[in-house]
This record gives sequence, C-alpha cells and structure tokens, in this order.
Amino acid sequence: MDLKLRVWRQKDRNSSGKLVEYDARDIDPEMSFLEMLDVVNERLIDSGDEPIAFDHDCREGICGACSATINGIPHGPHRATTVCQLHMRHFQDGDTLTIEPFRARAFPVIRDLMVDRTAFDRIVEAGGYISVGTGSAPEANTLPIPKDQAERAMDAASCIGCGACVAACKNASAMLFVAAKSSHLNTLPQGKPEKERRVLSMVAAMDEAGFGNCTNQYECSAVCPKSISEDFIGQLNREYFVASIKQQFTTK
Amino acid sequence: MGFAETVGLRNLGSLESGKMYCGVAVIVFSLSNFMEKTTARLFRSSLGKKYVMAVSGVILLLFVIGHLIGNLQIFAHPDVINAYAHFLQNLGPGLWAVRLILLATVVAHIWSAVELTIENRRARPDSYEVKDTIQASYASRTMRISGFIVLAFILFHLAHFTLQVVNPEYQDLYTELADGTVVHDVHTMMVAGFQNVWISLFYIVAIGLLSVHLRHGIASMLQSLGWRNRKIAGPLEKVSIGLSILYFAGNAAIPLAIMAGFVS
Repeated sequence: MDLKLRVWRQKDRNSSGKLVEYDARDIDPEMSFLEMLDVVNERLIDSGDEPIAFDHDCREGICGACSATINGIPHGPHRATTVCQLHMRHFQDGDTLTIEPFRARAFPVIRDLMVDRTAFDRIVEAGGYISVGTGSAPEANTLPIPKDQAERAMDAASCIGCGACVAACKNASAMLFVAAKSSHLNTLPQGKPEKERRVLSMVAAMDEAGFGNCTNQYECSAVCPKSISEDFIGQLNREYFVASIKQQFTTK
Repeated sequence: MGFAETVGLRNLGSLESGKMYCGVAVIVFSLSNFMEKTTARLFRSSLGKKYVMAVSGVILLLFVIGHLIGNLQIFAHPDVINAYAHFLQNLGPGLWAVRLILLATVVAHIWSAVELTIENRRARPDSYEVKDTIQASYASRTMRISGFIVLAFILFHLAHFTLQVVNPEYQDLYTELADGTVVHDVHTMMVAGFQNVWISLFYIVAIGLLSVHLRHGIASMLQSLGWRNRKIAGPLEKVSIGLSILYFAGNAAIPLAIMAGFVS
C-alpha cells in the first residue's frame, strides 16, 4: 500500500517545527506503524536525509515509550492500542496520515515525535509509592484482599505512563494518569495509610508541572491503550476533597 | 491608612460611623484571612476550582428548575401566577438574601470558568495541526460559547421582566386578586412580552443553549465532586439528557403557547 505522510519535524526543544510531507510506498499491511516508520527512515538515511526521531522500546504495547498522534488521535485510530501495536491494515491505500508529537506544555518536544515526559516521573516521586521497611517479602496470605478490590487496583495499575491521556485531553490534563497512579495504591491496604498525603502531593506536583484541568469529556479513557476508566478520576476527586478537609484538622 | 480612608467613607458621616466602618472592615478582613488560610490549598488547586464550578452549578441548576416550575403556573388561572409573584416580591429580606446568594453563585461559576480556561490554554501552547475527538459530546465541546450566550440572555431577561426597563409600561400593570389584594399583573406582562416574536425566539434559543449546557453540566458535576462511578455512569448520562430535554420543553412551551394564543 502507498501512503502520504505529513510528519512533524523539529530539530530540538528550542527550534520551531513544521509538517514535512513524505511518500511511504510499498508498505506491507501486516507491518506495525513503527515498522512502517522504520522503512521510511531507512529510505531517508539512504538518500542522505535525517531520519524521523520517535520513541520506542518494547514494541509489544507494555512499556509506554512509543508516542505519536495520528490524524489528531494519540496512538492512532485503533482503540486500546499503543502505536507500536497499531498495524497498517487499519489504514487504506492512498490515505494521508498527519503524524504529530503528543502536545502539552508539560511535555516539551525533544526532537520530531519525541517528547520529554519527566513531568510524570515528578508526579510519581511526589506520592506514587508506598513507604515500607525493606526486607524479605511477607507471607502473601497474611494480608487478605477482596478479589474485586484487587482487580480494581490492577485495572488502575495497568497504566503504562505513556501520556496519551494528556495528549488527547483538550486541556492537556494529566488527571487520568494521576488518578490511575494514586487509585492503584489507595485501593490496597498497603497504600491506604498514606492515602491523604499521597493525593495532596501528587495533585500539587501535577499542578506544578503545568498540566490543564479535567473537563469531563473522557477522551483520555477513550485513547488510553490500557482502557483505564474515568471512574478513577472520580475516585481522585473524592479522595482529594476528603484529604483537603482532613488536613485542616490535623496538627501537622 | 485605614479601611474607611481607603474607600473614602470618612467624609460620608461622623467619626462614629467612620469607626463603625473600620470595625466592620476588621471583622471582614479577619474572616476572609481565616477562610483564605483554611481553604487556600483547596481552592487554589486545579481540583478545588472544579469543586467551585460543580457546587455553583448544582445551586444554579436547582434554581433554574424551581424557576421553571414557578413559571409553568402561567398555564393556570392568571390569579395563580400573580399571587405567586406577589408572594415572592414580598419576601423582603428573604428575597434579597436569595438574590445575593444567586449573584455570588453566578460570580463563583464565572470566576472558576475564567481561571480554568486561562490554565487550560497555558497547558497546550502549541495546538495540533489536525484535531479530532473520539467521543466527546457536542455539549461538552461548546460549554464556553453556550455559557457566554446564556449570560447575555440572563442580563436581558433581568432587564426585561425583573427591572422592566426594556418595556417600562410593564411597571404600570396591576390587577386585583379574588381576595381584593392589588398586585403586579405578571400574567399580562408575560403574555405581552412573548407576543413579540423576536423576543420569544431569543428566549427559546437561549433556553436551548442553556439546556445543552446542562446536558454536560449535570453529568459533570457529580464527577467533579467525586460521586460518579461505574454503577451510576450510565443512568447519570440518561438523567442528564432527559432532564435537559424536559427543561427545554417546559421553558419553550411558555412563549410557544402565548404566540399560538393558548394563553392570553
């Protein structure tokens, strides 16, 4: 199949970028989207041009490294899929694809389609962990957890931190990410003791990083490669409210 | 410089009243200082502003529903709505308390909208070359414009039927109830107002936009306050659509019935 690509090219963080057109000819429909870009890049290298820079790592949809917005939809048109697991058979011969980086003030472009997502790391550093004494793992059955609760925590924990939620949100809000990371720990008995401190500091780190606000359109859940539900945003809203009130009545 | 001098109140009366103003100012200042300290974190955070938006939205929703139910009395005998309006107009301090609460609520709703919009614009300085959405509702994508037009409508509506400056002759409409009380003839005022096709059309369009605004607002307010979950998400969508349609139908019925001559 033959495609026309319009790809965002930007030399570095401080340069201004623009869309550049490329022809992607003789693409095998069984290729993944990134393999298609590999083919285009090899041809660019052969003709002495600079290849298109994009993030990728596992290429099996679990690491959260790949990121691209295809025709306005982060990770492309196929639901619950990262761009590395998106296959060319989902496109038609002759399609024009506009490929842009994830866009947000908190995710500055490093080069072409690569963005700096360390803002997510700062949010996790603020509270996405449990303070426990290290040592050998305790016997699993000493801490019984109801099945539905364990599954809800696992649903939240399936977040791979790719940032598509931010990219899809009209306000570049990181609410789904913060909600997933906080709910995953707050739902389990190990995480509950630090629940209030966790939501307060993670939301503060989110606001600090310059993400926008949730407008309840749930485009984030719709693009999420792990289909993380907006219910977790509701949970975060509730827990943050309770934590803010409780904080007024604690001595420290 | 004290509060009284700052606002130029000292020249208004005696030294005693100046002191009184100072006293009031001190109390207001301490109270606002206390409120600011205890709620600073909450209301300066992104989530806190959404709480303000949601709570003010709930209050305004309850008001517009109550207002509609009051207005639907137009379909009963003229004495019914005239007596109801007379009752409201004679609430005295109660009426002003409600008016001030509503004004504060509208201000809070707009303040949070402005703050959030500024932050949201800042959060994405470079927009996408190609934009698309997967499932965002039309209502959710047009909240700002529907809100602006509804605000303009509210101002007109107040000038039209509350202050009666659009048609000053409305101020001279009086009627007598069955018990002999002379009251403002609200029934005739509404009929006269909606016999103007352009005014009726503006009311219907504005109410339509408010209904669209509510369609996203009702579903949204519970989410922002953290009361929405998977179990109620489906029913909540249906309630927000159903309530918005009912609200539109109820409001549109009034000018339509008057123009069609069912109410005179």
